[in-house]
Amino acid sequence: MTLWCLMKGRRRLEESTREMTEREKINAAKAGGLTVFVTQSSESSAIPGYLLFSVSWPVWRFASVVCLLRPLLMDVIPSIRQTSALALGRLGDYDVKLAEAIVKAGILPQLICSLPEENRYYKKTAAFVLRAIAKHSPQLAQAIVQCGALEMLVICLEDFDPGVKEGASWALGYIARHNPELSQAVVDAGAVPLLVLCIQEPEIALKRIAASTLSDISKHSPELAQTVVDAGAIAHLAQMISNPDAKLKRQVLSALSQIAKHSVDLAELVVEAEIFPVVLTCLTDSDEYVKKNGATLIREIAKHTPELSQFIVNSGGVAAVIDCIGSCKGTVRLPGIMTLGYVAAHSENLSMAVIVSKGIPPLCVCLIEEHEDHIKAAAAWALGQIGRHSAEHARHVAVANVLPTLLDVFMDTHSSEDLKMKTKKALKNILQKCTHFPALEPLLHDAPPSIMKYIIGQFSKVLPHDSKARRLFVTTGGLKKVQEIKAEPGSLLQEYINTINNCYPEEIVRYYSPGYSEMLLERVENYQPVL
Amino acid sequence: MAALARLQERLEGLREEYFLTNRAIDEDRKTKYKAAVKIQRWFRACRVRAYLRHLSRMVILIQKWWRGYLRRKNFREIVERAYFIKKLKFYNEMAVRIQKMWRGYYVRKYIHNFYVLKKYLKAVSVNNELVRSELQEYAEMKENEKKMKDLEKKEKEKKYQARKMHYLLSTEQIPGIYNSPFKKSPDPMELLLRKSKPLTHRKQQVKSPFAELYDWPTCKKPPAFVTALPLLPADRQKPQGPFRNPAEVLQQRYKPLEPTLRVRESMYSPQAKAKEATQREEWRNPLHDNEFLPFSSYHKNDEKYEPSLCKSGKYGQEAYGTKYFREVYPKKWIADKDFETLFSSIALFEKFGKTYSSTGQIV
Repeated sequence: MTLWCLMKGRRRLEESTREMTEREKINAAKAGGLTVFVTQSSESSAIPGYLLFSVSWPVWRFASVVCLLRPLLMDVIPSIRQTSALALGRLGDYDVKLAEAIVKAGILPQLICSLPEENRYYKKTAAFVLRAIAKHSPQLAQAIVQCGALEMLVICLEDFDPGVKEGASWALGYIARHNPELSQAVVDAGAVPLLVLCIQEPEIALKRIAASTLSDISKHSPELAQTVVDAGAIAHLAQMISNPDAKLKRQVLSALSQIAKHSVDLAELVVEAEIFPVVLTCLTDSDEYVKKNGATLIREIAKHTPELSQFIVNSGGVAAVIDCIGSCKGTVRLPGIMTLGYVAAHSENLSMAVIVSKGIPPLCVCLIEEHEDHIKAAAAWALGQIGRHSAEHARHVAVANVLPTLLDVFMDTHSSEDLKMKTKKALKNILQKCTHFPALEPLLHDAPPSIMKYIIGQFSKVLPHDSKARRLFVTTGGLKKVQEIKAEPGSLLQEYINTINNCYPEEIVRYYSPGYSEMLLERVENYQPVL
Repeated sequence: MAALARLQERLEGLREEYFLTNRAIDEDRKTKYKAAVKIQRWFRACRVRAYLRHLSRMVILIQKWWRGYLRRKNFREIVERAYFIKKLKFYNEMAVRIQKMWRGYYVRKYIHNFYVLKKYLKAVSVNNELVRSELQEYAEMKENEKKMKDLEKKEKEKKYQARKMHYLLSTEQIPGIYNSPFKKSPDPMELLLRKSKPLTHRKQQVKSPFAELYDWPTCKKPPAFVTALPLLPADRQKPQGPFRNPAEVLQQRYKPLEPTLRVRESMYSPQAKAKEATQREEWRNPLHDNEFLPFSSYHKNDEKYEPSLCKSGKYGQEAYGTKYFREVYPKKWIADKDFETLFSSIALFEKFGKTYSSTGQIV
């Protein structure tokens, strides 16, 4: 069906572009647009192979369609111009090669130059064409910028019709998202104040797109983010956090987090816009991405300084983040986990606050349940940051039965290198402060030598001073295990083992050393009975 | 001659003797010379030594005095400096002690204050509980709203279906599908059908662009400005004549009311109630009952009439300006005659005032 339509459309276009009456021209252009529309509408349900097949067959034909559409763009009748622009837009949207063909055919300058005199439908369609081409790669976006498209798009942004503004800001967003230079070009064209005005418009779609464009502009560098802030965007974005539309909230939270991530001053500006109790309501939203972006915003604020983390803790943000982690699954949890890690990393009081807010059980659950390695690595890192400050913190972490889980993850052969490294570091940090023996003892039996030395080190620090612990150590089989460990003489592990052995009388040490029973039996054999 | 021979023999010996005595004398002289040199040498050396000793004693004396003088000059400064350093060290010591005590106190009281930390952590957990409960309530509220919306949508759907299927309503003779005679009471759908109005397939109302804003629970009315003209049905006949665009007319006619803040406020709102107190005050306190009495200077300007200078004479109003404008002095005229025209005047204008006007005066 698609191929037939393609054939038909192309033939009609080819045959008599010059002699056609207006009606036929409109139909032909519509047919040119329709053919692509048919393939595109099948996109939503189709198998990719089918698409490739249906396009790769007449791709060269499509390239020639581009050349054919070009004279139609300069036609006298406005609806023909508009339909042919729409067809070009759909072609460019579909495939990279087609977009490159459109750029190479030199259609863009003529599309752009005629913009100021045209009506709003044409402007919308022209913006659609630019966006369809710019989205594929930075080089195509650069080509568009060189044609002088930015000034025209900014003029479109000043138009009264909200649809035109939406198209223009969408195109600007796609241009700006590739790299910092393109973003800077967009900012230099003077788009940012107009985008801030667009955000204040009542149409929700326009607000969404403008917020997404501001987010794309400010994500690259602190200077660009500062430009966006200077245009007064933060206040408007902060007001829109309480809007009920979920997609708008996604974009707004993303924009604010891209602004806040660059430096302490920007993060403080975002916080001063009084987002705080409101952002926490976003964390309970039903939409997953709103939760994720809300958690990302809190993470970007928390990571800069202890004061900001303190502020978040004081406003109850940590509890909200913990609940959010508990209620989601998958990559949506990741920013929340990292927030907890950052907050706990700053100081021991904050880490204690995280513990008190019942932060450890959800992190442990993440470590067990998640399949992705990077999420597990983040959870392991966060647990390490919580537990590394003092014995009290390590005790809380150990009591929650986290250490065996960490050890399992570390020993698992399917874990990636990064995950293993992070888990090892976390274990090291926690173990160096942990003095809670009931949690340490199970580890003795399973741990590999690299972890063993920390465990033994901890034992060797406490056992010389605590007699009850010594007794417990013997009765739980720890001493036996220690004797079975083989360590190189002179290594740290051997020193620790020696320290432990020195805490006990020699008979007991010998009793538990391996091969003692054989030694006793040998003595029995060699004994001369006293008659 | 023999004496000569004897002398000559003795001459040989004499020569030798002479030589030997001379030699002995010479050697004697040499030893004496050497001894003298030795003595002189020694003596001179003693003299020189004594001189050098004297010199060195003098030099030591001079240097001693000079150095003493220099040191005595710098002595004050050195002593002052040493004293200052000693004092400074002492003060530093004391300051370190004070700082040590203060810092220990401060850290124990404020930074590592265990009890404050404990209270803070308790406060954090209490706050967390509050936040959690509030968020829970908020989430529940959102859930309820969503449910309500869904329910309403379903209701709307049902009602629409009922309106469409209005023909399925049961009549007197024929019971409808939903009103089975074997059941005790009719189906709820039957009741719905009874309540609903039949649906005609006229054009459905265009969904207002403000519908999505109405959904926002806190926004009770749409924004006051209208961004797009209302869409009228496209197949209307345009009436002939100089009429305005009907869409504009409708927009003007149905422009939403934008009452001022004072009107919008309800009578029972707290601001209105707060105003009551001031109103009561004002009712109590006025000086007199005539609220709208003007100020005393209100009628100042219309009591006294001042006639204009040009028209007033000594005894009243002059006729100049109303009855006549210019004054005529016939005595000052040069000639009796008026100006003569050289050219004949226009015949028509000659007749002015003479032929067709009865009240025209003939000069």
